[in-house]
Amino acid sequence: MNAPTTKTAASAASCTNGYNFAYLDEQSKRMIRRAILKAVAIPGYQVPFAGREMPLPYGWGTGGIQVTASIIGRDDVLKVIDQGADDTTNAVSIRKFFAKTAGVRTTTKTAEASLIQTRHRIPETPLQAGQVIVFQVPIPEPLRWLEPRETATRRMHALGDYGPMYLKLYEDIARFGRVTTAYDFPTVVNGRYLMSPSPIPRLDNPKLDRSPALQLFGAGREKRIYAIPPHTTVKSLDFEDHPFSTERWSHKCARCGAGDSYLDELVMDDHGTRRYVCSDTDYCDSRLSAGGRR
Amino acid sequence: MNLDQPHPLLEVRNLGKSFGDRRVLSDIDLALWPGEVLAIVGESGSGKTTLLRCIDGQVAPDAGEVGFRSRSHGTVDLAGLSESQRRRVIGSDLGYVHQNPRDGLRLDLSAGANIGEPLLQAGLRHYGRIREIASDWLAKVEIDPGRIDEPPARFSGGMQQRLQIARNLVTGPRLVLMDEPTGGLDVSVQARLLDLLRRLAADLDLAVILVTHDLGVARLLADRLMVMQAGRIIESGLTDQVLDDPHQPYTQLLVSSVLQL
Repeated sequence: MNAPTTKTAASAASCTNGYNFAYLDEQSKRMIRRAILKAVAIPGYQVPFAGREMPLPYGWGTGGIQVTASIIGRDDVLKVIDQGADDTTNAVSIRKFFAKTAGVRTTTKTAEASLIQTRHRIPETPLQAGQVIVFQVPIPEPLRWLEPRETATRRMHALGDYGPMYLKLYEDIARFGRVTTAYDFPTVVNGRYLMSPSPIPRLDNPKLDRSPALQLFGAGREKRIYAIPPHTTVKSLDFEDHPFSTERWSHKCARCGAGDSYLDELVMDDHGTRRYVCSDTDYCDSRLSAGGRR
Repeated sequence: MNLDQPHPLLEVRNLGKSFGDRRVLSDIDLALWPGEVLAIVGESGSGKTTLLRCIDGQVAPDAGEVGFRSRSHGTVDLAGLSESQRRRVIGSDLGYVHQNPRDGLRLDLSAGANIGEPLLQAGLRHYGRIREIASDWLAKVEIDPGRIDEPPARFSGGMQQRLQIARNLVTGPRLVLMDEPTGGLDVSVQARLLDLLRRLAADLDLAVILVTHDLGVARLLADRLMVMQAGRIIESGLTDQVLDDPHQPYTQLLVSSVLQL
C-alpha cells in the first residue's frame, strides 16, 4: 500500500507513456485516500468523495477502480474477480488495466494477493490479515428502496433510525414465510451504521463479520466510499424469531465436488440439463489441483 | 379526564410563528390534561395546522414554549430540543394523524407492516409479536384482520384513516394530534370513525388535540373547544358552553352557519 508520495523517477518511469502511476493523478488519489481514512475511522458510514471520470462506464466498477488506484503500490499483488471468476471480461480488463498503468504483479490466487478488487463475491478462501478487498458498489444506500430522498436517508443514518428497514424483512416473511432477500442483504456495522454490503450473495455475509482483512467499498456513480476495518463486527438484520441464516443447496460443484461454496447454475443444452459449478474459480481450481474429485 | 392531576400533560405558552413577514401564530396559550380532548376550530388559514405542526416539531416556533411532561424526563420544552433529543425524550408518547391518510401511511407496504413500523421504531424485533399486535389493532379499528397482508392502497378512504389511527395508537402514546381526521370522508363513515375515536380515547385515557372545521365533530368528541382566527385564540371554554353561548362575532357566525336539519 505504499504508493509513491512524491513524483520521483519511479513514478515517471512507470509503465506507460504519459499516464501517472495507476492512472489517477496524485491529487485525486490524495483526496480519495482521505475519504478512505475517514471511512475506516467511522465503520459503515458513507463518505462522499469527488469521483473522477474513469475510462470505463458507470456500473463496470468505476468506484472500486478508483479506490484500488488510490491505494495500490508497487509491491502489491492484485487479484480481480467478477462474480467470483478471474476470467470474465470485467475482471480481465481491470486486471490488465492495472498491470499496464501501475506495472504491478497480478495473480488469480486469493492467498497470494495483497489487494483484491471484487464484484458480487467474497472469495471462498478466508482472507488474511494484511489483505485488502475492494468492493464495487452500484447502490451504496441501503435505505433507498424505502426513502428516495437523500436528505431523509441521511437523517435516518444520523439518528440511527433503522426500524423501518426491518419492514423489508417483515414483508418477506409475511408473504413467503421466510426472508427471501438473497443478495445485498443489509447489515449493521460495528453496532452503528446500516450498510449495504454491495450485491454479494447472502451466503457471503458472515464472511464480512470480524474479517482480519480491510474491506473497502467504492460506489462510482453515487460517489460514496465506506469501509469495514479489520475485526469489526458486521451483523445481518434479523428478527429474534427469524434469525439470520444462509441458504443451503442440495447440489455440489460438478468440477471439484465442493458442497460449501456458492454455485453457479449453468444450462448445458436445449433440454434444460443443468450443471452447478463453483462461482469462485480460484477456489475450484485449487481444490482440483489439491486432489479433489474430477 | 384527569383534571385532578396537578400538572398538565402539555402546556403551550406564548407560542408565535411567522413565515417571512406573515404572522401565522401569535401568543398561543393552551394547556391539556391527560385524557382530555381539545378541539381547535377556525377558518382556513387561521393557523390551526401550523399550531399542531409546532407542537409536533415539524415546524420550529419563533417564540414561546411547548412544555411536555414526558414519562422519562419530566417536563421539557419541546421547542428547544434538537431532533435527536426530542426522540429520546418523547419516544412514542406522541402521535400525529394526518388529514390525508396517504401522508401518514406507506401505501405500497402491507397493512400489517404499517402498524408494525412504530413498533420496530420502538425497538421490537420479534416478527411473531408484531404480527399478533398488528392483527389485534386491525380488529380494534374494525378492519378485518384477514386483510393484514393487503396494501392500504386497496383500502377505502375510511379504512385507510382507521389504519392510520391504529398505526398511531399501537405504541401507546399519551397525546395524539389529529389534523382533520374526518375530512374527505362521507357522512356515515365519519360517524363511525367519530364513534371509534371517542371509544379509543376513553379506553386508552388518551389526550387528543383535534383540528377541525366541522363543529359537529367538535361537539361530539371534544371536552373543550378553542376558536382560532388569524393566528390567535379568540375564544375558548367547555365545548357546549362555547357552542351554546358564543361571545365573539366570528364564533357566533360560525355557530349560526351550521345547517339545522
